[in-house]
Amino acid sequence: MKVTFKIWRQDSPKSKGVLKSYETDGISEDMSFLEALDHLNEILVAKNEKVVAFEYDCREGICGQCGLFINGRAHGPHEHTTACQLHMRSFKDGDTIVVEPWRAAAFPIIKDLVVDRSAFDRIIEKGGYISAKTGTAPEANAMLIPKEIADASMDVAACIGCGACVATCKNASAALFTSAKINHLNKLPQGKPEQHRRVLDMTAQMEAEGFGSCTLTGACEVECPAGISIASIAEMNNRYVRAKLLG
Amino acid sequence: MKLDSKIPEGRLEDKWSNYQLKSRLINPANKKKLNVIVVGAGLAGSGAAATLAELGYDVQCFCYQDSARRAHSVAAQGGMNAAKNYQHDGDSVFRMFYDALKGGDFRSREANTYRLAELSAPLIDHYVQQGVPFAREYGGVLINRSFGGVQVERTFYARGQTGQQLVLAAYSQLYKMVRAKKVKMMVRHEMLDLVLIDGKAKGIIARDLVTGQIKRFAADAVVLATGGYSRVFRLSTLAIGCNGSAIWKAHKRGAYFAAPSFTQIHPTALPQTSDSQSKLTLMSESLRNDGRIWVPKDKNDTRNGNDIPEEERDYYLERRYPSFGNLAPRDISSRAAKERIDAGHGVGNLKNAVYLDFKHAIERFGRDVIEDRYGNLFSMYKKITGIDAYKEPMKISPAAHFSMGGLWVDYELMTTIPGLYAIGECNYADHGANRLGANSLLQASIDGYFILPNTINNYLEDALKQDHPGVDHPEFDKVEKEVKSQIEKIMAVKGSRTVDDFHRELGKVMWQECAMSRNKQGLERAIVQIKQIHAEFWKEVRVTGTDNEMNSELEKALRLADFIELSLLMCTDALQRDESCGAHFREEYQTEEGEAVRNDEDFAYVSAWEYNAGDFILHKEKLEFEYVQPSVRSYK
Repeated sequence: MKVTFKIWRQDSPKSKGVLKSYETDGISEDMSFLEALDHLNEILVAKNEKVVAFEYDCREGICGQCGLFINGRAHGPHEHTTACQLHMRSFKDGDTIVVEPWRAAAFPIIKDLVVDRSAFDRIIEKGGYISAKTGTAPEANAMLIPKEIADASMDVAACIGCGACVATCKNASAALFTSAKINHLNKLPQGKPEQHRRVLDMTAQMEAEGFGSCTLTGACEVECPAGISIASIAEMNNRYVRAKLLG
Repeated sequence: MKLDSKIPEGRLEDKWSNYQLKSRLINPANKKKLNVIVVGAGLAGSGAAATLAELGYDVQCFCYQDSARRAHSVAAQGGMNAAKNYQHDGDSVFRMFYDALKGGDFRSREANTYRLAELSAPLIDHYVQQGVPFAREYGGVLINRSFGGVQVERTFYARGQTGQQLVLAAYSQLYKMVRAKKVKMMVRHEMLDLVLIDGKAKGIIARDLVTGQIKRFAADAVVLATGGYSRVFRLSTLAIGCNGSAIWKAHKRGAYFAAPSFTQIHPTALPQTSDSQSKLTLMSESLRNDGRIWVPKDKNDTRNGNDIPEEERDYYLERRYPSFGNLAPRDISSRAAKERIDAGHGVGNLKNAVYLDFKHAIERFGRDVIEDRYGNLFSMYKKITGIDAYKEPMKISPAAHFSMGGLWVDYELMTTIPGLYAIGECNYADHGANRLGANSLLQASIDGYFILPNTINNYLEDALKQDHPGVDHPEFDKVEKEVKSQIEKIMAVKGSRTVDDFHRELGKVMWQECAMSRNKQGLERAIVQIKQIHAEFWKEVRVTGTDNEMNSELEKALRLADFIELSLLMCTDALQRDESCGAHFREEYQTEEGEAVRNDEDFAYVSAWEYNAGDFILHKEKLEFEYVQPSVRSYK
């Protein structure tokens, strides 16, 4: 099939970006969206042009490195999927596809479609862990964790850290991401000793990074590849209030 | 140089404790004077970096991704083994050790493999403490399932995302130590060479992937945790960025490379559909707990899977290996699939797949149970293929997966270069010629969390008394100059072919001649072809853009240049080993039924290759079996 890509090109963080059109031929329906971009890049090399910088690694929807705004939607037209799992069969011959980077002040553009998401790492740094040194663990089955709790924790622990929730949010809020990590740990008995400090420190860092406030529009849960619900944000807010009162 | 594996004294079950008793210690005040570089931030790298930092060392940790959370350990699905015997089914450390040794076809050291099993149980405790939401029974205890090559249930899991959950635990511990200012995290940095001073590993040269700047980093010891190199086949289950460059550069600087050709071909990946494909997605081996593998008995059967009646199906694993059935080990299952596909029984448009069918399991347990166990795998299958596997059998095919081979290491996980360690998949240590499922997360984790932090002190105690050369040492100048000239050379070729085009060509040669089955003629042919690809690459590759900016083509070209050289060593190794063992199947050495014939008389050793100006010299580490006598590895 033939497809025209309109792609955001920006040489460096400070330079001015522009949407550029590229016509491509020889795209097959079985190609993943990122393979179609590979294909475009091979065409650009043949023409002696600079390739489009875009992010990827595992290409099976789990590493969270790929992140593209495709036709105005985070990770493209389908819900709960990553750009690497989107296939060209979702488009038609002759389509024009607009590809932009994640747009959020807290995710500055590095080049073309590549943004800097290190703000997420800094939020984790402020408490997204259990403070226990290697070698100090008690016998695993000494602590019983009901299946319902383990499952609910796993539901939010599944976050892949891609940033689609931020990119799709009109406020560029990182509430879904931050809540997922807080709730993953705070639901578990292992996470209880630090629960209040975790909520307060991580949310403070979230604000310091310049993410917007959450107004519970629910846009994030539509795009989240891990299917995390905004109920997670409500739970975080509840934990926040309790931490303020009790912490 | 004589290979000294440094196996400690004593009975098998006492060796690790004996080692720890005798190992030298460093007092906490001195540890902070020592600096360690860890390259790679997957399970092995993050675990090592976090734990070394907890112990008091200053750590610099590198990864090429934008965050440590992306490392490809994240993609492991099915689970991690541990000899807890929670299921009361006769499991023990010794049985787990025996399974891994036999699974590896008796090509690993007893002492190493035993330690793998010994440290598995405390590792589960460790991860539970760190908040990994493993699957639980209603009563709150941990659940287990079975994996290939074993007859007990010892695999712990977190849905089909076990690797992800372990990586996130390791990553969070890493960032805990970043916050404590004991780890400096260098994301988007790729190691391009190793710096040796007086024969000892003292630093690395890395490229900043954002600015293209070449940077120097000095340390008292260097730890490589860079994962596997199956991207040499191009199409593999690995992440696109996975590469062999760090270990290859270390090899060229003097680290011996062990069993480079031992590559695991995973039996349950999604089949290739076209040339433009960039990777093969894995479907977890855990699916074989409930799925049954079959092909049509009739070669020309074009009906849909569901329309083929029971009596016209060949459940070939159950037929050939009745006692292990669909849970036969990976090497055996992959070869059995290849045998049926080559015989013309393959299914799918390209007839390159076999069925993995859940019909019986759904009838027996109900859809809910299957969905609870494998829901995310079924939805992943649907996203990629558009097919609902609750209604139709999955189509699967073998794909290049894990590298058993890697840098040769001794019991302390040190390579043949003093001060250079290799941990996780990038070493050759515990798995022999074939790794059992769910032992990979285990090995990466114990190497990083438990073993390295207890062995590196034995070396660093000496380093404490020596100089701590900085990045202004002349050796840094020299190596940096070599790195820069390699980059200039590649940019200057300005040929006519893309990097991917060369990679496809290399991948085809390697898949054809050095994958599931090998033979002398094919390997000799491959060596000639690879040399041609090498020559052509340096004449015709084209990298656009510049070297002082983010440039994915340059990154790929540098990695491929190393893959081409590595593939030569892989073929050389496969050619030299005149036997079939584990994943290394030489067609000349098989029984009439097509089973592998191992030759213990002549090949009970680890091949450790030394780099010698473009050529390779073989060293042999003889394997002594004191506790388990190698037997014919049968799963019938």
